[in-house]
Amino acid sequence: MTGGNSTTFSEAPPRVSEWARFWRVFFQRKIVIFGLAVLALLVICAIFAPWLAPHDPYRGEMRDALSQPCAKYPLGTDIQGRDTLSRLIYGARTVLVVGFITVGVAAVAGVVLGITAGYYGGIISMVIMRFMDALMGFPMMLLALLLAAVLGGGIQNVITALSVATIPGYARVIHGLTLSIKENDYILAQRAMGADDRRIMLSHILPNSLPPMIVLITLQLGSIILAEAGLSFLGIGIKPPGAAWGAMVSDGYGYLLTHPVLSFAPGFAIMLVVFAFNLLGDGLRDALDPRLRGLL
Amino acid sequence: MTAYIIRRLIMAVIIIVIVTILVFCAIRLLPGDPLIIFLGQNANIEQMSQERIEQLRHEYGLDRHPVVQYFDWIGGVLRGDLGRSITYRDNVGKIMAERFPVTLHIGLTAFILGNAFGILLGIVAALRRGRWMDTVVTIISYIGISIPVFWLGFLLIYFFGLKLRWLPITGYVSPFVDFWQSTKSIIMPAICEMITGMAVIARQTRSAMLEVSRQDYIRTAWAKGLRERYIVVKHMLKNSLIPVITLLGIGVGMIFGGSVLVETVFAIAGVGRLLVTSVFQQDYIVVQSGVLVISSIVILSNLIVDISYGWLDPRIRYG
Repeated sequence: MTGGNSTTFSEAPPRVSEWARFWRVFFQRKIVIFGLAVLALLVICAIFAPWLAPHDPYRGEMRDALSQPCAKYPLGTDIQGRDTLSRLIYGARTVLVVGFITVGVAAVAGVVLGITAGYYGGIISMVIMRFMDALMGFPMMLLALLLAAVLGGGIQNVITALSVATIPGYARVIHGLTLSIKENDYILAQRAMGADDRRIMLSHILPNSLPPMIVLITLQLGSIILAEAGLSFLGIGIKPPGAAWGAMVSDGYGYLLTHPVLSFAPGFAIMLVVFAFNLLGDGLRDALDPRLRGLL
Repeated sequence: MTAYIIRRLIMAVIIIVIVTILVFCAIRLLPGDPLIIFLGQNANIEQMSQERIEQLRHEYGLDRHPVVQYFDWIGGVLRGDLGRSITYRDNVGKIMAERFPVTLHIGLTAFILGNAFGILLGIVAALRRGRWMDTVVTIISYIGISIPVFWLGFLLIYFFGLKLRWLPITGYVSPFVDFWQSTKSIIMPAICEMITGMAVIARQTRSAMLEVSRQDYIRTAWAKGLRERYIVVKHMLKNSLIPVITLLGIGVGMIFGGSVLVETVFAIAGVGRLLVTSVFQQDYIVVQSGVLVISSIVILSNLIVDISYGWLDPRIRYG
């Protein structure tokens, strides 16, 4: 290291770590911390449900049926005497299982289809993307309903239905990203160095399209949880006596006037979790968007 | 422009054809004998004699090649024959025609009000950026995109139906029967159907307005000493609504998707409710037709949005 070298370094713009910027922008809005806290609580509830739940979520005390919120049952009990709070805690498992498996399956499938279509173009792109357009023509609830009609209820079929319904969203985004990334000079350089298609797609296009994908996945988790809640509200999804928040809202309909908490509590839980994912998604978008670099 | 419209039309037709193939295949993926599509799961096909099964199969054309069956079905759909419902023992086209106006009445009300309020809230938030109005709009739009619509329905039913007794909690009244009663019956369902779309539109309008307000021509307009109202309406709004328009097509889909839940909550006999009950009654012909009709409407709305896009923004070239 000579003195001359260090002067050239000092003339370069100050290096700001990408991570430092990410943390600063991400936590700039304090409400993001609230979102993270809600999600942490959700995960804790899901993992430690048997220890956290004060009562058995599936078998209630019949003599305590339809109890109002009290010390023993903080959120009251349903017609079968089951503790609402315990069912809420167990319901967190359904939310996480459906949410994460659906997002995982859909994102992988969407990325494979989108990158392939964007990279090869031509007839392959035409076939894949028109197919995705067709899937997008179905409102998510309708596609899920159609598949549920065919496959029957049950949690696996809900996951299948919601995955199929959300694949096109990922495929479209990554298709667009691939189209712009593959025009870069570094891709050309890679090709000149003899990299094959698979290597270019996996080691260059995929990592470069990750930031927008992470944002999309986070925001999608919110809408998947809403859709799952909607399906279980309609009676499609996890079979009784399993606990799903949407179904709990629906079960409370008959007792709305006397025991509103039976419907209000699970609905509020759904809203809180979806809100948390939306907060997180917006925070990530601001922190990861390169166009906002320097502005935020 | 004409070439673009024609190409876009062809594209829409291709997409609708793929949708019909998907719907056709999905229903035929049913486990068991394909006869249950027409007879229902409860028909006890196992207990029928072989001749009876063959006879029924011939009657419904199931002994022919699947491709022929597909074209038969499409031909029927194009002639307006959607098949027969096993539960209603009636023509599906007729059943849908009875329910469609109900869904459309609520859906259209929600669509118009949701977009109008959404745009208005977005403008207010952008113009008062960082002030309390902006915060209020941000909170409303976060609630709007996070709230389960069926739960919102329950909240409204509880407060305005059961507690205050202002509005009917279930059912639908046609405006041709009793206009006032009809309006009262669609207030809560329309609020539920519009909330998500309104929130999405408000967010998009707000960010588009903020984006436009940083442009040079807006600074020029201020420097020229134009009045605020003029700048907002003539310069900012006109330019920021273009990205908002793209969302209108998606909004149509959201309304139809929402109608499935909302019509269930308020026990309204519309297309959404029809689809849900048909899923449970395994009335596959109704599910198949309902999904097909709604998807076609969504695809056509997106087509209209795409075409109007270019008409509104002369900068967009149809390459």
